[in-house]
Amino acid sequence: MTTLVGPELAGELRRLGTFDAEVCMNCGICTATCPLGIDVLPRQVMRFGLLGLDDEVRRHEETVFSCLLCRACEASCPAGVHITGNIRVLRRWLLEKEAV
Amino acid sequence: MALATREVIGILTDNLRLRGSVLPVPARRATRWAREFGLPRGGERVLYTGTMYHIVPYTERLVRLQQRLGSSRLAGLVPLARRLNRLVNGMPLVARPTSEERSEYERVPANVAQLLLRAGVEFGYLYEDDLYTGVLAYDLGAEDVVAAHAKRIAGIFYKYGVREVITIDPHTTTMLRSVFPRFVEGYDVSVRSYLEVLAERGLPVEAPLAGDVVVHDSCVYARYEDVIEPPRQLLAAAGLQVHEPANSRTMTWCCGGPAEALYPEKAAAVAAQRVGQLREAANGVQSECVTMCPICLVNLRKAADGTMAFRDISEYLLEAAKARS
Repeated sequence: MTTLVGPELAGELRRLGTFDAEVCMNCGICTATCPLGIDVLPRQVMRFGLLGLDDEVRRHEETVFSCLLCRACEASCPAGVHITGNIRVLRRWLLEKEAV
Repeated sequence: MALATREVIGILTDNLRLRGSVLPVPARRATRWAREFGLPRGGERVLYTGTMYHIVPYTERLVRLQQRLGSSRLAGLVPLARRLNRLVNGMPLVARPTSEERSEYERVPANVAQLLLRAGVEFGYLYEDDLYTGVLAYDLGAEDVVAAHAKRIAGIFYKYGVREVITIDPHTTTMLRSVFPRFVEGYDVSVRSYLEVLAERGLPVEAPLAGDVVVHDSCVYARYEDVIEPPRQLLAAAGLQVHEPANSRTMTWCCGGPAEALYPEKAAAVAAQRVGQLREAANGVQSECVTMCPICLVNLRKAADGTMAFRDISEYLLEAAKARS
């Protein structure tokens, strides 16, 4: 199966708020510090947004909505990514798509 | 989107839009604490509760209901419940905490008012206009509803000539201080937690306490609002020996509470981990844990299941500030 990537989703996300996932260096410290031990790494979920993988974002809705927004990841992030800000944007996008 | 997620968020945002709070607590009940103080209505400086402490016992009742429903056939009625809730406020029917469950939370605003008055701080109160800030809806991503609500609250501040707000919990603090300026053009209100105000003024101590406590930082105070030293200064001024858990200050460990509305089991697992760290910090000493957020208080206490005592910081501070009879 071919998965197409595209910039449209990232554009939609940026319309909803500051989405700076491209700053992420994939070092994984966010995962190491996450109290929830999120099953899909924060950086992976953000990457779905960057690559335009709508279905992957939808499939990981529980990850997006279970984030505690506690910022433990941000306190350690060497790249200064606004991880919880990105999660908030993904939540907004999911709510908008579902017309909640 | 999973049905439960969609409908729970839907009910909460409907409530905020229609009734000014995700969980509408009767205004009479939320403002009852202020009766004994005869506080002026409004004024340049007000104490603002955002009804956060009042809401928590109701949230707990709802979470219990949610857990009971689980994936039973009754859970399929949630969409219908949402439609009915749009017409009639369903909260009083499904979430009815007992007076015992409410009393500890309802006491906190009164504790804070007493502390501020004893420290010589003058302030007013907005009574039924002291509205919930919409933080839960904001955290769940419902920004449009929250933006409209922020404008409503800013309008109330302008109406009463409020220039300075003193808050009593971290979530209300961050909404009024860091989020509302994004939603309300020209928002010019100074917002400080009562812990910051008291630390600056100095805690008026009449009866110093003795003993050991473990401090649990709220994520929002520590990582969003940089309120880290004030609670420690105040607890030390009250005479208490403060112990730090493994994850403390900017690296504090979440209580799990923010996940509770949608995923109570995940919230409980995080809280259990945190209770383990707090118990370890107590290191066999007879110590209690101090919290400074109603969500932390309820979640950690539930996870500890009686193995450790938890109290709000205002209880300790007021005990030290009051002369013993």
